[in-house]
Amino acid sequence: MIAELGHYALVLALALSLVQASVPIWGARTGDASLMEVAGSTALAQFGFVAVSFAALTWCYVASDFSLLSVFENSHSAKPLIYKISGVWGNHEGSMLLWVLILALFGALVAAFGRNLPLTLKANVLAVQAWIAAAFHLFILVTSNPFARLPNAPFEGRDLNPILQDLGLAIHPPLLYLGYVGFSIAFSFAIAALIEGRIDAAWARWVRPWALAAWMFLTLGIAMGSYWAYYTLGWGGWWFWDPVENASLMPWLAGTALLHSAVVMEKRNALKVWTILLAILTFSLSLLGTFLVRSGVLTSVHTFANDPARGVFILAILVLFIGGSLALFAWRAPALKQGGLFAPISREGALLFNNLFFAVICAAVFVGTLYPLVFEALTGNKISVGPPFFNLVVGLLMVPVLLAVSFGPLLAWKRGDLYGVAQRLVGAFAIAIVGMAATFAVTGGGPVMAPFAMGLALFVMAGAVIDLVERTGLSRIPFKATLGRAAGLPRSAWGTAVAHFGVGVALLGIVGETQWGAERVAALKPGETLSIRHYDFTFDGLTPRRGPNYQELVARFTVRRNGEVIGVMEPSKRSFPVRNMTTTEAALMTRGTSQLYLSLGDADAGGETTVRLYHKPLVLLIWIGAVVMMVGGALSLSDRRLRVGAPRPARPKPALQAAE
Amino acid sequence: MTRRQRRLALIGAGAVVLGISAALVLTALKDSIVFFNSPSDVVEKRIVPGTRIRLGGLVKPGSLVRGENFAVRFAVTDGNRDIAVAYTGALPDLFREGQGVVTEGAIDAAGLFKADTVLAKHDENYMPREVADALKKHGHWKDGKP
Repeated sequence: MIAELGHYALVLALALSLVQASVPIWGARTGDASLMEVAGSTALAQFGFVAVSFAALTWCYVASDFSLLSVFENSHSAKPLIYKISGVWGNHEGSMLLWVLILALFGALVAAFGRNLPLTLKANVLAVQAWIAAAFHLFILVTSNPFARLPNAPFEGRDLNPILQDLGLAIHPPLLYLGYVGFSIAFSFAIAALIEGRIDAAWARWVRPWALAAWMFLTLGIAMGSYWAYYTLGWGGWWFWDPVENASLMPWLAGTALLHSAVVMEKRNALKVWTILLAILTFSLSLLGTFLVRSGVLTSVHTFANDPARGVFILAILVLFIGGSLALFAWRAPALKQGGLFAPISREGALLFNNLFFAVICAAVFVGTLYPLVFEALTGNKISVGPPFFNLVVGLLMVPVLLAVSFGPLLAWKRGDLYGVAQRLVGAFAIAIVGMAATFAVTGGGPVMAPFAMGLALFVMAGAVIDLVERTGLSRIPFKATLGRAAGLPRSAWGTAVAHFGVGVALLGIVGETQWGAERVAALKPGETLSIRHYDFTFDGLTPRRGPNYQELVARFTVRRNGEVIGVMEPSKRSFPVRNMTTTEAALMTRGTSQLYLSLGDADAGGETTVRLYHKPLVLLIWIGAVVMMVGGALSLSDRRLRVGAPRPARPKPALQAAE
Repeated sequence: MTRRQRRLALIGAGAVVLGISAALVLTALKDSIVFFNSPSDVVEKRIVPGTRIRLGGLVKPGSLVRGENFAVRFAVTDGNRDIAVAYTGALPDLFREGQGVVTEGAIDAAGLFKADTVLAKHDENYMPREVADALKKHGHWKDGKP
C-alpha cells in the first residue's frame, strides 16, 4: 500500500511538473501575472509529492518489504539500519528518485526564496526547471520504476553490494547529486535569460549563489568519493580517471569556470554570452555524467546493472536538452547586449585566463573519456585511454592556472599592473624558491617533478595569504586599523583567498602522496615483522569475528616507531554470505597529515597472509584542501552582497529578502 | 587598442592555447591508447610481442597456479582460445576461476602474456562489458551467464 502511494505521488509529481512547465511560460508571454504565479505553488507542491514518493520508498527499505523488486535486489533484513536507508540510493531506481527529489528541492527553494526575482524571470526559470523534472519523472516511471512489485514476495533480500555498505557511500551520492543537480538552476536561469532576450549584472548576482552552492556540494562530493575509493578499494589509490569520476570532474571544471566568469559579469557586466554558455555547458555535462553512469556505455567500476532501454531514454533526454539549449543559445545569444571593456592584463583578463584553461582542461578530459566510445563506433576496436593521458594533459594544463591564481585577485579591474603585482608577490616567490630548494636538498635523488610541484603549491598558498595581507593592509598600517579592515573586507574576498589557499593545500597533498609514497607487499606468518620508513609492523595473528551481516577475519598488527609502540592496526577481510562476496577493510593510522595504510591480500595455503603496506605522506591534505576550498565557497556565499538581491547596493531601497 | 583589436587579441590568445592543448591531447592520446583483445583476437590478429594491450575473458577453471613471491599464473579463455598469463602481485578480491577478468600488459616472444595490472569487477554478477561482448562473439554467452 505504501509503495503504491509512493508510485501514485510520483505520477502526480509528473502531472504537476507538466503544468509548471507550460502555464507560467504562457503567463510570461502574455504578461498574465496570475498564470505566472502558478510556477511557485506548483514547484512547492511538486517537491512535496516527490518527497512523499521518496519517503515511501525509504519506508519500504526500512521495513524490508521484499515484495518490491528493488528492495529485494538491494536489501537484506539483517543489514544495519543506516545501510537500509542508504540502500535506497545504492541502486539505479532509487538513485534516480533521489536525483529528481533534489531537482524538485532546488525548484522549491527558488520558489520559496526567490521573492525578489522579477516575476517573468522567476516564471521562466521554474518552467525550465519543470521541463527537466518532467523528463526525469517520465524516465523513472517508464523505464526504472522503483515501486515495481514481485508477483511472489521472497522471504529474504539479496543484500546491497557489500562494497556499498559504507558510511562514505551513504553520504557521497546525495552530495554529488546536490552538486550535479544544483547546476540545473544556473541552467534554468540561462535558458530563461535567453527566452527573455535580456540579461544584466543582476542576473549574475542571482545565479552566483546557486552556482556557488552547487559547486561546494560537488567539491565535497568528489572529495568524499575519492576518500571512499581510497580506503575501501584496498590499494590506496585516490583517483583512477575512471569514466564516472571524469563524469563528475567535468561539471566541476566547467562549474569552476562558471563561478569565475559570473564574477566578471556581476562586477563589470562583461562576458555575458560566455557565462550563459558556461551555465548551459555545466549542466549539460552533469546530464552527460548521469548518462554515462546510468547507461553503462563505458566500462567503469561504478556502473550498476543496466538495460539498454534506459540508455536510449537518457540519451534522448540528453540530446533534447543539450541540443535544444545550444540551439536556443545560437539563436538568441547574438541579441544580448555587449558589456564593459577591459585590457588583457586586468582582473577580468585573469578570470578569462582561468576560464580559458578550465574550459580546455574540461575539453581534454571529455576527449579522453569519450574517445574509446567514438573509436569503437568508428572502427569496432575496443580501446582504453589510461591514466598516463590524463595525468600528462591535465597536469600540464593546470600549471599555467596555478601560476596565475595568485596574480588574479591582486590585479585591478579594467587595467592591471602586472609588474606591480609581481612586486607584491615577491614574498610568495621567495617562499616558493626556498621550498623548492629545501625539497631538493632533502630528497635530492628523488623524483624530479617533486621540488617544482612543491614550489608551485607553496606559491599558490603564499599568494592567497598575500592577497589577504594586501587587502587588510597588514604591515603597512597600524595593526588595529588592519583588524578594522579585515572585519570590513567583503566575505567574498575572504572566500576567494581561502578557496585559493585550499587549492595549494590539495596540491601539496597530491605532491606528497604521488612523489614520496612508499609501498611494501609481503606474506607474513604470525610473529613476523614488516618495516616501512621508520615504522615496524608486527603481525600478532588472525582472529575471526562476526558482524551483523558478515563474518570477518581480522589481522592484528602492533605498530612501532623506532622501537616504541604507537598503536594497533586491524585490517580485515569481510565475507558477505548472501552475495558470496569478500571485501577488504583497510586499516588506517593517521600521523599528522600522513597516513599508514594496511590492507590484506589473499590468505596463502602455507599459513601466510599477504599484506600490502603503504606509507602515504601528506595524503590527508588532498581532502583537507578540498574542504578548505569548500569553506571558501561557503564564506563567499555568506557575503551580504550575494544575499541581497538588489542589482546595485547603493540604491536607496529598504532591505530586501534573502535570495537563497 | 580599439574594442575590435582587443577582442581579436583575446581570441588569438585563446586560439593559441587551444591549438597547443589540442596538440598535447593528440600526442598524449597516441601514446596511451591500449587496445582490448580477447584470446582469439590475440591469436587471429597476430599481435606483435611487446605491444601493450588489454586481454580480457574468463579465468580458465583449474588454471590458477601460485608461485613464490606472489607470482601467479593463470589462463584467460574465451572458450575458443586460451592465453597463459603471468602476473606478480596481490590479486583483487573478486578474482576467481571461471569469472571475468581484464588484464593489462604485453605478450612476450614465447607467447606468455605478462600482465602488470589485473582488474576484476566489484560485483560477482557484473561482467566487464568488453568481456561480455567477446564471449558473445564467440558464442559462449547464455542467458546473461557465461
